[in-house]
Amino acid sequence: MTDERIVPVTMPKWGLSMRLGKITDWIVAEGDEVNAGDDLADIETDKIAGTLEAAGGGTVRRIIARVGEDVPVSGTIALLAPASVTDADLDAAAEQARAVIDAGVPDEASSEPVVQTAEVGGRKIRYAGAGADGDVVLLIHGYGGDRNSWLFLQEPLAAGRRVYALDLPGHGTSAKDVGDGSLDLLAGAVAGVLDAIGTSGSAVHLVGHSLGGSVAAAVAARDPGRIGSLTLIAPAGFGAEINAGYLRGFAEAQTRRELKPVVAQLFADESLVTRQLVDDLLAYKRLDGVDTALRTLLGTLVGPDGSTQRIDSAAAVAALGGAVPVTVIWGRADRVIPAAQADAVPGAVRRRVIDGAGHMPHMERAAQVQAAIEEAITGARTG
Amino acid sequence: MARTITYREAINEALAQEMERDESVIVLGEDNAGGEGAPGDQDAWGGVLGVTKGLYHRFPGRVLDTPISESAFIGAAIGAATAGMRPVAELMFVDFMGVCFDQIYNQAAKFRYMFGGKAVTPVVIRTMYGAGLRAAAQHSQCLYPLFTHVPGLKVVLPATPYDAKGLMTQAIRDNDPVLFFEHKALYDLSGPVPEESYALPFGEANVVREGGDVTIVTMGRMVHTSLEAASALAADGVECEVVDLRTTSPLDEDTVLESVAGTGRLVVVDEANPRCSMATDISALVARKAFGSLQAPIEMVTAPHTPVPFSGPLEDLYIPGAQRVVNAVKTVTEYAR
Repeated sequence: MTDERIVPVTMPKWGLSMRLGKITDWIVAEGDEVNAGDDLADIETDKIAGTLEAAGGGTVRRIIARVGEDVPVSGTIALLAPASVTDADLDAAAEQARAVIDAGVPDEASSEPVVQTAEVGGRKIRYAGAGADGDVVLLIHGYGGDRNSWLFLQEPLAAGRRVYALDLPGHGTSAKDVGDGSLDLLAGAVAGVLDAIGTSGSAVHLVGHSLGGSVAAAVAARDPGRIGSLTLIAPAGFGAEINAGYLRGFAEAQTRRELKPVVAQLFADESLVTRQLVDDLLAYKRLDGVDTALRTLLGTLVGPDGSTQRIDSAAAVAALGGAVPVTVIWGRADRVIPAAQADAVPGAVRRRVIDGAGHMPHMERAAQVQAAIEEAITGARTG
Repeated sequence: MARTITYREAINEALAQEMERDESVIVLGEDNAGGEGAPGDQDAWGGVLGVTKGLYHRFPGRVLDTPISESAFIGAAIGAATAGMRPVAELMFVDFMGVCFDQIYNQAAKFRYMFGGKAVTPVVIRTMYGAGLRAAAQHSQCLYPLFTHVPGLKVVLPATPYDAKGLMTQAIRDNDPVLFFEHKALYDLSGPVPEESYALPFGEANVVREGGDVTIVTMGRMVHTSLEAASALAADGVECEVVDLRTTSPLDEDTVLESVAGTGRLVVVDEANPRCSMATDISALVARKAFGSLQAPIEMVTAPHTPVPFSGPLEDLYIPGAQRVVNAVKTVTEYAR
């Protein structure tokens, strides 16, 4: 693309193993004006369906990828350009983009990310990285999630950074034994992964979601000097209210029929709960040891009254005393932990409450969450 | 972590992991250790199609070769189960069950009931079924309806490597006698399977493809035939919902009925002979409990009511193929009152 006024919209890489995506619906049409964050197209991979948001604004001049065809990751699917760009120039750019789609995925493209293992306290903790050098970003998922929760963010954040996502004890492909299930044990596992990654000389930016947010705060409190920034997405530990019914329902669901309505509570848009998502969660829940892990961690999140939060992360964040910049991101339609708790995070905190997102803003409004994380990292001191 | 292994390897892994986890799990059957006194792995068959290969040396004394006497070793396995072991017996071809049927349907199936719930019989009987290997009339049958008919037996027919491992794990941990049906044509099928142990519950059908026009209820090898047909039909704009029963006893009625409530049309695809089969059973279920949803008569795609032919071309015609499923789906979608 020689003309810098022509901005390509490309097939995103959602998850480290994604090679192809398919447009299932174009939300915009040629001629439409779009702004950053606007929905452009619905995209489906063999793992997940999601909506691609515009990274920047402009006029949609050409739509390249047809509905239903396979497009390699980073292939151009549409062109944005101002009216001053001629049709001839656009056609030339479109032709190039078409050739890339028609060529398909190169056979040698590796499809599986390298998953690494750290041994922490006798437990195998698995993590996978994207990006070659630069600051370290560590993504910490929530209760019942795994490193794939970050599939919309890990690759996009990895330009000029090393972005890792881990499976907490009891989750994903890590050891299923969670011991006493304490925040301390989980934070120890995360610290062990940071040691294994090797972060000397690099700032470490922690991003934690829900239970993972409390874990991130605990890790930061242990060793604030190591931490460049802390981003908490719908974190646990900043208020009493929590949807304990959701948590118990998730722990106890045995079948697809039981699990689907529970998982639906995570999202503002329940159509995101695909059969594949529910099947993947069920497959996880059926692994030996997961049942015990989830029930143990339930006791970490919910107090003895069975309805209010047990974790208090406010003290951990207050103890940072402003030494570590903190950003809080919440989905306005969160039905698990209310977005109002964003105000309870102490200190000079950047707060972003995102419309159209529930408890999983990093899946529902990934572009906005990415922008907020980028801002948090850029605004932080660097190693 | 999930990696790709075959259906055969998935069953082997479930056996090995359960033997590791629970000392009461033993394996027995013809050539399971590679012939009596087999000296080394290279001579060890691991059963006629190699499913138990490698277990003999890994678990000394817990993989037993048996004579060609099904009535003896199936009886021994059931007896061991009543005495606290968790035996996994291999009844090579299900066609041979006639000689040991009493031990299964009149003994194992009845103990829990007749002893007032005080006895459990945690035995697994693995067996091969199905046509397609040019093995003729006495080595190719789909006799799972016979076992499904008997209360007290659980009947499992995995279609994929993932299901094979999870259902075998559940079969071993289950306290009732389980008939575990392995289709000969699926042993080399590959698919993603987690390394860790997991158990798939019985009585939970798997919706392997979603669609709103026609429900296809099927099981075992026919899941793949049905999916092939569903892909072909999707190109013509007909969306099939494919339901893999996974277990025929217990039977997940709810998933079948919910699917038919959504589509209004049913095709049952079953490799077994048609009379008193899963095809007739599912048809009867839907006719009784979802009659109001039906917009067309139910279609069944099955083998004919004949023995499996020895002639290759005839055997190929005998096995329900994707084209027959496509035709049946078109019959129900094009039906006009």
